[in-house]
Amino acid sequence: MNDLSPFSAGISILEITYVIASVLFIIGLKMLSHPLTARRGNILAAFGMGIAIIATIIFHEKDEEPIRNIPLILFAIVIGTIIGWLIAKRVKMTAMPQLVSFFNGMGGAAAALISMMEFPHISHDLIARTGMANGQVLAILLGLMIGTVSWAGSMIAFGKLDGWIGDMRIKAMKYVNLTILGVLIGLIIFIMTRDVQASVELTPYVYLIFGISVIYGVLFVMPIGGADMPVVISLLNSFTGVAAAMGGFLYNNQAMLTGGILVGSAGTILTILMCKAMNRSLLNVIVGVFGGGGQVVTDVAGSIKEISIPDAAVLLSYSKKVVIVPGYGLAVAQAQHICHELDKLLDEKGVEVKYAIHPVAGRMPGHMNVLLAEADVPYEQLIESDEINPDLPNTDVLVVIGANDVVNPAAEDDPSSPIYGMPIIKARDARNIIVMKRGMGKGYAAIENMLFFNSKTRMLFGDAKSTLQSLVNEVKNL
Amino acid sequence: MEKMLDFFLTHREAIFIVILSIFLGIEVISNVPAILHTPLMSGANAIHGVVIIGAIIVLGHADTSGSKILGFLAVILGTLNVVGGFVVTDRMLEMFKKKK
Repeated sequence: MNDLSPFSAGISILEITYVIASVLFIIGLKMLSHPLTARRGNILAAFGMGIAIIATIIFHEKDEEPIRNIPLILFAIVIGTIIGWLIAKRVKMTAMPQLVSFFNGMGGAAAALISMMEFPHISHDLIARTGMANGQVLAILLGLMIGTVSWAGSMIAFGKLDGWIGDMRIKAMKYVNLTILGVLIGLIIFIMTRDVQASVELTPYVYLIFGISVIYGVLFVMPIGGADMPVVISLLNSFTGVAAAMGGFLYNNQAMLTGGILVGSAGTILTILMCKAMNRSLLNVIVGVFGGGGQVVTDVAGSIKEISIPDAAVLLSYSKKVVIVPGYGLAVAQAQHICHELDKLLDEKGVEVKYAIHPVAGRMPGHMNVLLAEADVPYEQLIESDEINPDLPNTDVLVVIGANDVVNPAAEDDPSSPIYGMPIIKARDARNIIVMKRGMGKGYAAIENMLFFNSKTRMLFGDAKSTLQSLVNEVKNL
Repeated sequence: MEKMLDFFLTHREAIFIVILSIFLGIEVISNVPAILHTPLMSGANAIHGVVIIGAIIVLGHADTSGSKILGFLAVILGTLNVVGGFVVTDRMLEMFKKKK
């Protein structure tokens, strides 16, 4: 950790490379936040990462010893690159949120592994001088804890979004979690106050921290509802950033430090922005109040009315203005292409078609924009909910495809509803509403949607893709 | 108290970087439009893959076969984070570009 090593050209080049890499990360991130420069920003950041990796392999020295095991390192990088590349290229766009969560977990696991391996090697001189209570030990233990929580949490988030892990909501959960967190911090203090000759003696406690952190990561994400998953992924993303920064602290490595902290703070802000888009507080998300309370609307007034495909086709074809509200149902059914086909057909008939995009439609903010862009829907047709709402009273037909909570009037009417106060697309203002849904199931927030019982609403049950396909055929035949 | 002050003095450079980077991160991200939240999260996700440098250092100084295996694993995981993160982000942004 001291900077008194003799001058070496290699080390100088390495440090210069790290400065360049850090600057590229910052510029890359900045460019990523503007639509026009985003792609170049990403490539720039990737370039920064590339040179930092190469320079580390060639020039890095620890106690004047260069990097060894180079064939092994290169082999690992090749394996990681092939697997990462294939997964990233092959996975469907609908599974994007899971994928981000998965890669995030990998980073967390790498940080945890580094900490576990470095702990027994803390220098004896340092321990003799300061005892266990020093910056290195703290960085290692925090890196281990945060990295592991991030890994375990990301894997659970991945499983939940992929649909093979359900929600687990127990009221006492938050107390259990707080207790576990207390135990973890207690263990860190315990280790740092031990009086030992070598850190190896305390290794069993490090494994204990690892084990408890896994449990914490799992329990932390388990109670959080699917609708809040993007927020959690973003939060875990910033956790991994902090874990990486701990590694930077440990190795006195500025690239890791800047990159990690940058992601840590940017990720936290992004998390808060996402919460704002849903009108929820971060604390609410973490404690998991969403949809958990279970105030069930018992007296449902009105009844469900269905519409046949030919009737729907006629209604749409003879409208002037149609607004489509896509949701996750459209995404899972892979119906974005056929949906675009429908809007083109209607457009040829002189119907004006717009898409109303709620900020949290899909599984992540902006997810729906990505999916519709994939299906070549022109950017001008995608309207954000705030802008389209005033236009809805003049809309002849509003078609809800696989969306639920983002059109739920309970957000405006029912103060006891968990989504009360969330900005919604005011679907009920439209003259006619067609709701395409698989069944009468509830949305991710698990609450009743009064829109479906509205007298202007007609339901069209079935898989979004096949329903849209029959609708397209019907419209063609008109 | 003295220990705290000593801690600060020893690590003052790192502490400086941490504090400045926090402000930088906040500054860089604010005013991002909602449609870019997902790609931005994904891009940030790739950047914390910088942890791979730590993994390379660990494996580069590993002696026992046990630590070599763990280090090898760490480098693979770190690479997955970096490569997967950047490629996925690029794939998302590629779609944004078409609609002009």
